[in-house]
Amino acid sequence: MSHPKLASIFNKDEKKVDWHDKALWFVRHKRDKSVHSVKNWEELRNLGQGIKAHMLSNLDIYLEEFEANANKNGVEVHWAANAEEHNQIVHNILKENNAKKVVKSKSMLTEECHLNPHLEADGIEVIDTDLGERIVQLAKEPPSHIVLPAIHKNKHEVDELFQEHLGTEPCDGNPQYLTHEARKHLRQKFIEADAAITGVNFAIAETGGFVVCTNEGNADMGAHLAPVHIACMGVEKIIPKLEHLSVFLRLLGRSATGQPITTYSSHFKKPANGKKMHIVIVDNGRSEQLSRPDFRASLRCIRCGACMNTCPIYRRSGGHSYDATVPGPIGSILSPGKDLKKHSTLPFASTLCGSCSDVCPVKIDIHAQLYKWRQIITKETPQPFVKKKSMQIMGSVFTKPKQFETVGKIARWSLRNLPQSVINSKPNVWGKERDLPKGPKQSFDQWYNERQKNKNNS
Amino acid sequence: MKVGLFIPCYINQLYPQVGQATLELLEKLNVEVVYPSGQTCCGQPMANSGYESESIGTYHHFVNNFKDFDYIVTPSGSCAYHVKKHYDIIPQTDEVTGVRNNVYELCDFLLNVLKIEDLDASFPRKVGVHKSCHGLRGLRLGSCSERVTPEYSYIEEVLKKVKGVELMPVQRGDECCGFGGTFAVAEEAVSVKMGKDKIKDHFESGVEVITATDTSCLMHLEGLVNRNKQPLKILHVAEILNSNL
Repeated sequence: MSHPKLASIFNKDEKKVDWHDKALWFVRHKRDKSVHSVKNWEELRNLGQGIKAHMLSNLDIYLEEFEANANKNGVEVHWAANAEEHNQIVHNILKENNAKKVVKSKSMLTEECHLNPHLEADGIEVIDTDLGERIVQLAKEPPSHIVLPAIHKNKHEVDELFQEHLGTEPCDGNPQYLTHEARKHLRQKFIEADAAITGVNFAIAETGGFVVCTNEGNADMGAHLAPVHIACMGVEKIIPKLEHLSVFLRLLGRSATGQPITTYSSHFKKPANGKKMHIVIVDNGRSEQLSRPDFRASLRCIRCGACMNTCPIYRRSGGHSYDATVPGPIGSILSPGKDLKKHSTLPFASTLCGSCSDVCPVKIDIHAQLYKWRQIITKETPQPFVKKKSMQIMGSVFTKPKQFETVGKIARWSLRNLPQSVINSKPNVWGKERDLPKGPKQSFDQWYNERQKNKNNS
Repeated sequence: MKVGLFIPCYINQLYPQVGQATLELLEKLNVEVVYPSGQTCCGQPMANSGYESESIGTYHHFVNNFKDFDYIVTPSGSCAYHVKKHYDIIPQTDEVTGVRNNVYELCDFLLNVLKIEDLDASFPRKVGVHKSCHGLRGLRLGSCSERVTPEYSYIEEVLKKVKGVELMPVQRGDECCGFGGTFAVAEEAVSVKMGKDKIKDHFESGVEVITATDTSCLMHLEGLVNRNKQPLKILHVAEILNSNL
């Protein structure tokens, strides 16, 4: 379904929209307070942008440097061109190690590759261990936000879900009780796990090490207990040097939730004695996006989710209305590159207000890219005949002042004289909940000419 | 100083009083203003809808109308931004770059070109400012809440020069109103909800009159206010600056 359709379904429950909007605005506001306490915040954004842009221009070099250093550290590195290869590689590693129970910490990449269903089809149990991810996993839903995956659910919905799946007592949505129960449930899964899968926030070329940021410590819990650790990363997660890391850690926590730093910034470098560590480096359309000059900057994204929290449309349409792994403004410039037809309404799910670009910690010109995708979509995907034709007509009328004045005259006369029931009849979507202006008798043009005539006569 | 007045298409046809206020205001400030006849639109409606190629003729038409002026002044941040930002798809002749450089939103022109000190205007009302997005984040007519920069706002600065205006602080002064051109129709449900929230914010802050640099945002808000019979007045900033109540 298109974004407008899904968004209008979400908007049928106005109270829920208000609640969703306020919850995310609260996060945006926390972010504001946090970044406004950093004097050189804009300089930090410049640095983040610059380092990522440099990395993207030299991606091949840094990827190979990273691989060589990771190998030296005793880590096995795998390359996946697409989602299928990624899933196959992870599956093979699990099979080699006879792993039947897997714990996973939050990774948007494995979501993107649909890893869970692939492994589950072979009887492997995959447990998402981030609390929000676990909630949506139990509800059999995709995450609706990349940092706050269950932000669309309130505590009462979680209460019911846990009663059904974890056998908890009804608690009127008591968050403390529910969190304790989730903790007990997840501890057991950590202890039993044969392998741990994590994402990667930053991979450092010069050391071969990588960093995973979580607020719950679940990546550490999984990776330190299980005998095998598989870390999955997109090619764009590379940063050249360790000294660059602090720039991104400062940007990430503040932009994501307003924290000065994410609670756990866990550094992984080499496998512990007797254990194994694998890194899967995934392309899955990224190098194609890199080849598009207008959209290359989208690969600078550090997945903080700030553009979602700030987006007035995201807040009022919900993450699921985007029907894409990464929702919100950044998703709306990434997804069309993967499937233009499926995601053709996403670049139009924006007023081009520019808030996303100004909030972005690595200064991606998100709204400018939305505008550019629009130009491509109208050329390369089927468009409604009426829209196409009316644009052609407008384009022509605006070059012919006389025609423009005639069209204006008819419009003004209609607005003045037709009954409201006709003006606001069904084809006028504007009129469903909004009045149109009363048509004035004179246009500015007519008024001005009359005024000039009177001036000249007097 | 030769100033060309650009009146956006929808103001010309539907809100001529905004154009009149702009012209009278500039004349009151002794600016030599000419309104070139035959002007139509900046081309934004087609371009933002993804039909940039259909707007090329309009771009040339606009440049022809305004190429001979030192400044082009318009009561719209959004249209000024469109000319500055998106006229990059036609050949960049001296005329085109001249027009792109010289186009100004009204408040910006008053403050930064005319450098007005006083305005002979009075408007004793509680006024709420909606900071229209293209002016704010496109033309940087003020600081926005996302960035860590010194605070300023051209529209509020000029409004402070009007006797009696009481500027009312609102909760989310620089959140989008939900107009967005064809977005208002294509994403009707979200657009309406954004507009309703914007009006609620102003209403709960004790605002009597909502104003902005852009009539497009205001047309959307006025449509909602009128339909729901809310006791709020909607006026373009030029109408307030040209008031003597």
